[in-house]
Amino acid sequence: MNPTLHEFVSLDAPPMFAGTLAALCCGLLGNFLVLRRLSLMGDAVAHAVLPGIVVAFLIAGTRASLPMFVGAAASGLLAAALIEVVRRFGRVETGAAMGVVFTILFALGVLLIERAAARHVDLDADCVLHGQLETLFWFPPEDPSEFWTAGTLAAVPRQVWTLGLTTLIAIAFIAAFFKELRLAAFDPALASSLGFSAGLMHFALMAMVAAAAVASFEAVGSILVIAMFVCPAATARLLTDRLLPQIVVSAAVAVVAGVGGYLLAAFGPGWIGLPNAVNAAGMMTLVAGAILAAAAVLGPRHGVLARKRRLARLARSIAREDVLGLLYRVEEVRGPGTALAQADVRRAIDSGAAARRALRDARRAGEVVPTPEGLRLADAGRARARSLVRSHRLWETYLVKVLGLRPDHVHATAMDLEHVTDAEMARRLAERGGEGMDPHHRPIPPA
Amino acid sequence: MPSSPSTIAGLTQQGATLDELWRTLTLQAGYNAAIVVLGATLLGIAGGVVGSFVVLRKRALLGDALSHAALPGIAGAFIVATLFGAQGRSLGVLLPGAAAGCIAGVLAVQAIVRWTRLRDDAAIAAVLSVFFGAGIVLLSVIQSMPTGDQGGLASFIYGQTAAMNARDATLIAAVALASIASVALLFKEFRLACFDREFAAVQGWPVGAIDLAMTGLLVVVTIIGLQAVGLLLIVALLIIPPAAARFWTERLRVMLPLSGTLGGLSAYLGACVSALLPHAPTGALIVLAAGAVFAISITLAPSRGVVASIVRLLRLRVRIAVDHALRTAVERADGARAAQPGRTLALILRMGGHARVSDGRVELTPRGTERARRVVRAHRLWERYLIEYADAAPSHVDLSADAVEHSLSPALVAELEAALRGRGLPAANGPPNSPHPLDAGQQGGAA
Repeated sequence: MNPTLHEFVSLDAPPMFAGTLAALCCGLLGNFLVLRRLSLMGDAVAHAVLPGIVVAFLIAGTRASLPMFVGAAASGLLAAALIEVVRRFGRVETGAAMGVVFTILFALGVLLIERAAARHVDLDADCVLHGQLETLFWFPPEDPSEFWTAGTLAAVPRQVWTLGLTTLIAIAFIAAFFKELRLAAFDPALASSLGFSAGLMHFALMAMVAAAAVASFEAVGSILVIAMFVCPAATARLLTDRLLPQIVVSAAVAVVAGVGGYLLAAFGPGWIGLPNAVNAAGMMTLVAGAILAAAAVLGPRHGVLARKRRLARLARSIAREDVLGLLYRVEEVRGPGTALAQADVRRAIDSGAAARRALRDARRAGEVVPTPEGLRLADAGRARARSLVRSHRLWETYLVKVLGLRPDHVHATAMDLEHVTDAEMARRLAERGGEGMDPHHRPIPPA
Repeated sequence: MPSSPSTIAGLTQQGATLDELWRTLTLQAGYNAAIVVLGATLLGIAGGVVGSFVVLRKRALLGDALSHAALPGIAGAFIVATLFGAQGRSLGVLLPGAAAGCIAGVLAVQAIVRWTRLRDDAAIAAVLSVFFGAGIVLLSVIQSMPTGDQGGLASFIYGQTAAMNARDATLIAAVALASIASVALLFKEFRLACFDREFAAVQGWPVGAIDLAMTGLLVVVTIIGLQAVGLLLIVALLIIPPAAARFWTERLRVMLPLSGTLGGLSAYLGACVSALLPHAPTGALIVLAAGAVFAISITLAPSRGVVASIVRLLRLRVRIAVDHALRTAVERADGARAAQPGRTLALILRMGGHARVSDGRVELTPRGTERARRVVRAHRLWERYLIEYADAAPSHVDLSADAVEHSLSPALVAELEAALRGRGLPAANGPPNSPHPLDAGQQGGAA
């Protein structure tokens, strides 16, 4: 094995694996938290486990993982239960209940740590917050054939095994209770009426969340835990509308954030000439945040840009229809084939850049023809304009005759509705409101 | 486990005398201690007042996102200042940095909620963790910088009141008073925006600007609180006192001063105790004091407290049990099977002057007869009503009437009578006949 690879496998691979596994198990469970609007439960549990960890440490006197795990899980569950108590019996809103409970528990933890520090106990709130990913290492055997022997595998840091196991349990939990979790997430009332307890499911989920948080803490610190409970799932939520794809996407995001974050933290500073690596857990969080931001902006259906584009396209097609309607009405007054100066058209439909593009669209589609005097309707445009004006006047008639609105109050409404009226709706409007003349004594064009 | 430091006995054991405690509480324990206590108290008051609106707007944890977002601002300001050769650790550099971080955090939360389909819980959790992650990365960068160690910055995470000097305290006092004054000035606007945004908007109030002012106050209080209680716990001062005050009153005019008082009291007690004890972090003690205030409020508050709710529930249950027992006694005379009241219930019946129980026989007093007659009448009227107007089968109405009979007011009974007159209501005053056989074992829970 060449020296660079050896260094990577012994110094970089263990923290990278640990971080990625933590990201994966928290990210998977986070899907259900985000769907149930409990994203901040990760935050609450992550802070609330501190007193449990400290008490376990003070009682057991070691940093062995089992007592810590038990202590942390106990106080995590205690926090979830207390939040429920405050919420239900105190009728306090969920966010405030979480805020009350986790800050008190965290303050208790900080106090205990400081008191312990007074007695020269080596425990530090920082390591709980920031994690100690960088301290993980593994010496692989020189000979690749010994790679899979029991001895070498036992030398893999305990945290990697713990996290691997927790991730497997989380996957098994989701697979086993997929149906129940989905129902409890989307319709707790239906779940209860179908005969399995949404409350029990909630408690089981909270137990898994606490376990995942606790297993991840020691290695990656609480901040990555909080981030991974929300960022991958939120990203996936922006990219898909179905639960199963959402879970798969969130897992992928978690893995990319874990691996990418570690590589950036370890080697990124070198690329820009800084001597030292930066905090890996923090960097993983940042990568997850960057992916979330990218999904929010660029997402194909729910992204900000996609939505803007859809809106712009709609505005453009409405402006184009308005142009046609305007020319049609001009023809009605001044006779067929009348042209209207482009500047007048633009001023009349009054929507800036959309108007210019709309005019271009209409010209290219052969709906209007430019002439020296200005724009004139072509036959294709006239047909479309007629049906549009027909919808407009049918709406006006309907609003006045059937709904009893005043004739001078219906134009703006009809202006909006004419663009979304199809043939079937026009037929029904004609049925109710009638054909002939609209309330402003203009003829309703026949279909 | 260290002994609990919050009791006076604990204090004296650990070297502080009652005299010292008294002098600290009355601000006579030296200039520094007095400044710290005063500054913290004012901060507590400001937090309680400003936090009220945040809690009422159900955005309690926005403060958490905001305070976590201060970290990258602080670390970034430190780095920039150090690169330009300035003293990075001065408050003049760090506080503007913190403010920039907070504002960026708020804007990010609002952008996510406004522009994506994610809910505010996911937005808050994502911003909180990603910004804090960025802060941790920047802290690790500072650590590797040749000039800087991050010593002064850690105090922003956990708070370090002891480092407060007269200038800091003056700053806190000024800002706290200014924010309380702004709340007093903008009280009407804030109240409108809290309870009926749509109404306020329709009435022409600048809801956006009011929101902005509210968030601005939140940012200001968070920033001055960073140094004192630290960015992990400042949110407690914004949530816990208002949540506690809410238990005691339904009126905003009362809640605001009360919340300010509770916040000030918590901060005062926490700061005093921490001044007396070595290794007792002020921020944590303040939060724990607030937690105690909250625990007292949720338990003992007169109408919304848990004890009051339990008492109300028990009284309701007793009333229902007595009603059922009396009705059973009357209906037995009609030939139904007797139901034995238990010993407790028998005692309650006797103490209420309703009936005497001897040898399993229930003998009604005149008072008991009168009440029994009322209950039976309400029960059977309701049954008739269900049969006549809701088309319920006679065999299905007993259970519903069991539940409703206790809460029918005289006015409602009169209405039922009017509705049933001429539709099978026999006697003018006595209970109508039961529409179903009385010995079918349907006597609803007589205990």
